[in-house]
Amino acid sequence: MNSNRRIKIVLAKPGLDGHDQGAKVVARALLDAGFDVHYTGLRQSPEMVVDAARRENPDVIALSSMAGAHLPFCTRLKPLLEEAGMGERLWIIGGSIPVADHDALRALGFKGVFATGSKLDAICDFIRENVR
Amino acid sequence: MNLPPGVRPVRNESGIEVKPLYTAEDVQASGGLAMLGLPGEYPFTRGIHPLMYRKQPFTMRQYTGFGNAADTNRRFKFLIDNGQTGLNVAFDLSTQCGLDSDDPMAEGEVGRVGMAVDTLRDFEIAFDGIDLDKITVSLTINGAAAILIAMYLAMAEKRGFDLKTLRGTAQNDILKEFVGRGTWIYPVEPSIRLVGDTIEYCAEHAPKYSPVSVCGYHIRESGATPTQEMAYGFCIARAYADEVIRRGVPVDEFAGRLSYNFNIFGNIFEQVAKFRAGRGLWAKIMKEEYGAKKPGSMWLRMIAGGGGGGLTLEQPENNIVRGAYYALLAALSGAQTMALCCYDEAYTIPSEYAQRISLRTMQLLVEEMGLAETVDPLGGSYYVETMTNQMRSEMERIIAETDAAGGIVKLIADGSIQSRVSAQAYRMARAIESGAFPKVGVNRYRSDEEVQRPVELHPYDAAAARAQIAALARIRDERDRVAVERALVRITTDARSGANLMPAIVEAVKAYATVGEITQRLVGVFGRYREPVRFDHREEQAA
Repeated sequence: MNSNRRIKIVLAKPGLDGHDQGAKVVARALLDAGFDVHYTGLRQSPEMVVDAARRENPDVIALSSMAGAHLPFCTRLKPLLEEAGMGERLWIIGGSIPVADHDALRALGFKGVFATGSKLDAICDFIRENVR
Repeated sequence: MNLPPGVRPVRNESGIEVKPLYTAEDVQASGGLAMLGLPGEYPFTRGIHPLMYRKQPFTMRQYTGFGNAADTNRRFKFLIDNGQTGLNVAFDLSTQCGLDSDDPMAEGEVGRVGMAVDTLRDFEIAFDGIDLDKITVSLTINGAAAILIAMYLAMAEKRGFDLKTLRGTAQNDILKEFVGRGTWIYPVEPSIRLVGDTIEYCAEHAPKYSPVSVCGYHIRESGATPTQEMAYGFCIARAYADEVIRRGVPVDEFAGRLSYNFNIFGNIFEQVAKFRAGRGLWAKIMKEEYGAKKPGSMWLRMIAGGGGGGLTLEQPENNIVRGAYYALLAALSGAQTMALCCYDEAYTIPSEYAQRISLRTMQLLVEEMGLAETVDPLGGSYYVETMTNQMRSEMERIIAETDAAGGIVKLIADGSIQSRVSAQAYRMARAIESGAFPKVGVNRYRSDEEVQRPVELHPYDAAAARAQIAALARIRDERDRVAVERALVRITTDARSGANLMPAIVEAVKAYATVGEITQRLVGVFGRYREPVRFDHREEQAA
């Protein structure tokens, strides 16, 4: 990509999960690393995530999930993002994600899966390396 | 202070310097023993009762609930059979957000992190066979609290319990939900009104019931220091008290039923000092600022528990040991109730096995370790008394600063508190990553080649979710539709008129109106909360 343009990230809290400490920590790390971050806040339906992506036209769509509903949510989100022409953007997810679910999330198109304990700089590096 | 060469200065998380040695001079310099007194006497720093655990050990109340009401009822009975003395009910996120199990937003959430509740029928099943006079029940519910309190009272009344003597607690602290935890529904002002409605209603109809448990806990989990945790908690409690007093209810008619929920992870002595300081400060606020006369109005009755923020995903067995130290400090602090996050909670909602370990941890303190024998065993320690004085001064400073900036309600509504604590959480996350803040098994004594320990994951029960939705459909079919609609219309009318909403909500739940139906009517009048998103306080990170 053009190195003069800042990478833009839509960071969303999917579903009803209210644990946003981690999402806000990641948002601050991304801001500190120089990314352009649009944080949606809590309580986002799949449709709302897609609307935010349409509005913001980001390079990266990032989700933070702490309460276990990541698979049903991402399963609903995938076709909606593809319909909206966001299939080629970088999708990543972080939070309380059991190892057993990582492959299923990658198969759904979430190229980066950052479980609790991931380093903040590792997330930033992954985004820089994978945004086309 | 002057430290010998080579000895590093140390500050605790609240920013107070910790010395290598304390003497009587430090106690004097920090304010002496003016706020100490005796247990059971103002200002209650040493405990709210004269004999504390010698008379009655702390209540053990593990946080539990999953699947449907029948699943949860079985786990309740398992815990009671294992010696647990209270219940603390976890609700699923759809219930907490005021949605029915068949709402599209509830898909994949029904019964996942707590028990699913749609109607009074679920409460009837969940508490079936449990003696509500012997086992007190705490409902961890906030946005939908008015509805679930109404369900609890209606269920108890139906089973023949006298509401005049019924005990129990609801969390019902909506202001902290805007800072952390996030199960808000309505905007800030009507949310506070609903809390006021429950306090006012219970003071009249269920005077032994504790309709609010003010939580510093989740503010701490969101990044607050221990002194901020308690100071912001007190500011929030004052906001609810002001709301009720504004309606003409005298302080002594409700303040005795306010209760608290604080966190227990961190430095042992800082935590013990926090609880002792907080007890004295709350008594002083109630007496001097609110003119309370009854001692009970000045009591900081609390659950000291959880500790989730201190637990780690790495080397999860270490969490069993952390939990034991957390329980020890909670007992040393004179908490009324205790609960412990389980060692597997970084992975999953706790297994029965993990729940039993937490319960045994608390029982060991009482039965084997002598923690229930003597009141305030650390009282008189130069270190603990000095730190108690210093923590109390720091809490008073934070409260004054909050008031001067416009008050806690304004600072939460505009997102300032959220931004401040999340900046602190970020700074802490960086300090843990760099190793500047030690975490054993994470940035110390870590073994990267270590295989992940198998933790038994609690599976999502899709069949139970479908059964819940089917049961809801049957209830919608069988109930008296006219009675439901009449009650729901009354809710809209009372929401508009400013009347206390509890009588209408009680009528609605008795007619088997659903959580979602009642919430919809209230949203129709109040609207929904819109979250302020702010990432300021970056200058403080640099400081």
